[in-house]
Amino acid sequence: MATLLEMREITKVFPGVKALDRVSLTVEAGEIHAICGENGAGKSTLMKVLSGVYPHGSFDGEITYDGTPLHNRGIRDSEAKGIIIIHQELALIPLLSIAENLFMGNEVATNGVISWPLAMQKTGELLRRVGLNEPPSAVVGKLGVGKQQLIEIAKALSKNVRLLILDEPTAALQEADADRLLDLMLELKAQGVTQIIISHKLNEISRVADRITVIRDGAAVSTLTKAEISEDRIIRDMVGRDMAHRYPERTPNPGDVLFEVEGWSCMHPEQAGRQMIKGVSLNVRKGEIVGIAGLMGTGRTELAMSIFGRSYGKGHAGSVRMNGQPVDVSTVSKAIAAGISYVTEDRKALGLILEEPILKNISLANLAGIASRSILNKRREAQVAEGYRKQLAIRTPGVQQKVVNLSGGNQQKVVLSKWLFTEPQLLILDEPTRGIDVGAKFEIYTIMKELAEQGRGILMISSEMPELLGMCDRIYVMNEGRIVGELTRDEASQEKIMALIVKDVGRAA
Amino acid sequence: MADQKQSALAGHLRENGMLLALVAIVVLFSILVSAQGKPMFLQAPNITNIFLQNGHVIILALGMLLIIVAGHIDLSVGSAAAFTGAVAAWLTVDLELPVPVVIVLTLIVGGLIGAAQGYWVAFWRIPSFIVTLAGMMVLRGATLLLLGGQNIGPFPKSFQAMSSGFIPDLTGMEKPHGLTLIITALAIGVITWIGLRARRRDIEFGMTPEPAGLFWGRTAIIAAAVGFVGFQLASFRGLPNVLIVLTVLTVIYAFFTENTVQGRRIYAVGGNEKAAKLSGIRTERLVFFCFVNMGVLAALAGMMVTARLNSATPKAGTGFELDAIAAVFIGGAAMAGGSGKIIGVVIGALIMGVMNMGMSILGVGIDYQQMIKGLVLLAAVIFDVYNKNK
Repeated sequence: MATLLEMREITKVFPGVKALDRVSLTVEAGEIHAICGENGAGKSTLMKVLSGVYPHGSFDGEITYDGTPLHNRGIRDSEAKGIIIIHQELALIPLLSIAENLFMGNEVATNGVISWPLAMQKTGELLRRVGLNEPPSAVVGKLGVGKQQLIEIAKALSKNVRLLILDEPTAALQEADADRLLDLMLELKAQGVTQIIISHKLNEISRVADRITVIRDGAAVSTLTKAEISEDRIIRDMVGRDMAHRYPERTPNPGDVLFEVEGWSCMHPEQAGRQMIKGVSLNVRKGEIVGIAGLMGTGRTELAMSIFGRSYGKGHAGSVRMNGQPVDVSTVSKAIAAGISYVTEDRKALGLILEEPILKNISLANLAGIASRSILNKRREAQVAEGYRKQLAIRTPGVQQKVVNLSGGNQQKVVLSKWLFTEPQLLILDEPTRGIDVGAKFEIYTIMKELAEQGRGILMISSEMPELLGMCDRIYVMNEGRIVGELTRDEASQEKIMALIVKDVGRAA
Repeated sequence: MADQKQSALAGHLRENGMLLALVAIVVLFSILVSAQGKPMFLQAPNITNIFLQNGHVIILALGMLLIIVAGHIDLSVGSAAAFTGAVAAWLTVDLELPVPVVIVLTLIVGGLIGAAQGYWVAFWRIPSFIVTLAGMMVLRGATLLLLGGQNIGPFPKSFQAMSSGFIPDLTGMEKPHGLTLIITALAIGVITWIGLRARRRDIEFGMTPEPAGLFWGRTAIIAAAVGFVGFQLASFRGLPNVLIVLTVLTVIYAFFTENTVQGRRIYAVGGNEKAAKLSGIRTERLVFFCFVNMGVLAALAGMMVTARLNSATPKAGTGFELDAIAAVFIGGAAMAGGSGKIIGVVIGALIMGVMNMGMSILGVGIDYQQMIKGLVLLAAVIFDVYNKNK
């Protein structure tokens, strides 16, 4: 087989982070090549380098495609050469028809006038090729995610694709749809379309892939052929690294059960009949740090937000107890009153008012705490903010500073301050160290340790397994809306967590 | 550290810039008017008229600020003012109800209008632009219907006093008006005291205070302006009732927006609605409240205009919504919501009012007046954006 694509020693640096470190990848013509790795390992970055999202010159290393060097100035360049990427979040316009979406930016037109009969006819042919039985005039938004995925592939085919890149194509699909998609991949392979698939799901990979490249921490670890593929080998390659960060020493001293959730379920807010959380039960003791592990999109954030004042989903069922007593968490203010805080994973969009100063952000969730008879005491507000600035070492010239000017780590401390000011007994921390540098991570860990020593319960959601292993007394493993396992501090290892997830995926599929 | 100093200065620059612009415009017109050989621009009848003729804009702008801070817009306030004015006329002239009853009933009607629109905006998440555009048309039609295409008037003296009355002189001095002088002196004292207190607090909180010279310079200018206006009014007929109403409302709304829990929450809703929601704030109820409040203020403005014209007319209130919105943006509020101050809005409305009057005295045609006002609005917002991007 001839080599279609060769990426040599690709290095891509973002401010403060080396996302890719001399990664090499070779793809043979006509094969399906899988790329595996943990969240944040650099898979998507590598594909963005290939597809021209990061243009030639913004990274180091060389790409040879079809025997000639590839110098993309943008996505259009790579598409012209037949390299098409289908992102995890589909890029279709829901209010337009299939035909309009298929030829978006690539219209069937002479002198700017679209020939609809021809476009409809071509759309019909493409839909037959991907096995989608819908009229070309159907509105895309009314079709399911599985069918939309097929439309994306049809769109790629319309551009004479030679190398098709699918980024976690089955993540949002039901089983039957995922099956059909994998069949289609094999059909396209028979027609000579080379494909790269990014996926976590090992059963899928072993079904379609000819070779696998495992990426970890921005470096390619290994490339395995079909014969070498085994779950154990892939898991070891995916997680087998040293502890990259240090964690504060803790002597866990869990007390009575503080927080209990039983049989918690909820539905997707828009897609009727799609259950997102499926009968989750868990508990947190006083002074305990409990983790929830799982891949992205498995419902961890949805679980936390649905418990916190039904901020996610609808059709909630299940019960929540604090200190053994049932509590009402049906609104955010009731959840706060019950002693629960939720520190969001997306602090800029959901946690902070960026254009407001630090002190106003800190007081926001507990304005009553700085007011008497509904009138704000600004002196008290400033004192409170100043107190947290010292306690959590928020690095800023003053609490009047707008939070937009702070670094990620300091912004996270402001969000933490805001929730600490509500005097919570239980803190749910969703990806508490995402997007902050290593030094600041250690400070956040230290704060967590101190909070646990004060007898508060902490429930930490994280995609970084070393962090969970380094901080947690117990870890729940979540997959597809369910708790699929529970590991104590002594039992837990990255391999065991991965194995629980991967085996569950295997079972579900 | 340098950054903070800069941003603190930029913040002061904005507030001071507004005030400076108002002073500059007044001075400019004074010079231009005297150059034409006309009587002094800042004489008592003109000052009185600025407040009489623009009181409704200031009142509407107070409510509009809350709406815009919460991230919405209300296009219906002109029609709402016309409709409530017509209601007041119908209650007073046709049903002959006593004036206090009319005032209360009309304010309630205004609140209901606001509630009817706020319901769809807040709880159904229909864009406020559309809801209030519909409200603008419906209420204009309802005004025509209620008035039967006719003017209703005239009103009893006690109703007219709402806009054209003056406060009585309890000291019995009459010339100059003693109570006016006393109130003016008190006002200067209070303004200086509040300024000093805020400055002390800034220093206490470790915020870079503005330079002392700037602070005292500004306070002196404000004191001189208030003193001058007060003295002029005292030598004429005293303080107009409208000015008292405006001052009281301005103080109440400034306090509400800056010093109360609910006021703070409105800014949070406009600044980041999702974050506000996740902080336990019931954002829908706040948005609903803003619209009810706007309706009540529109009714007050409607009554004041009706009282000044001494009749309710089908065409009343045309374009008020745009004057109010312009005042809010000249006053420094952001289109995206989450920022803006009451004092800025009042100054913004006064800038528009002074320009209206000055250009009319100078004999500038309505054509040029419109163009100049449009450019001033644009310039004020460009100034803001420029400052922010710098």
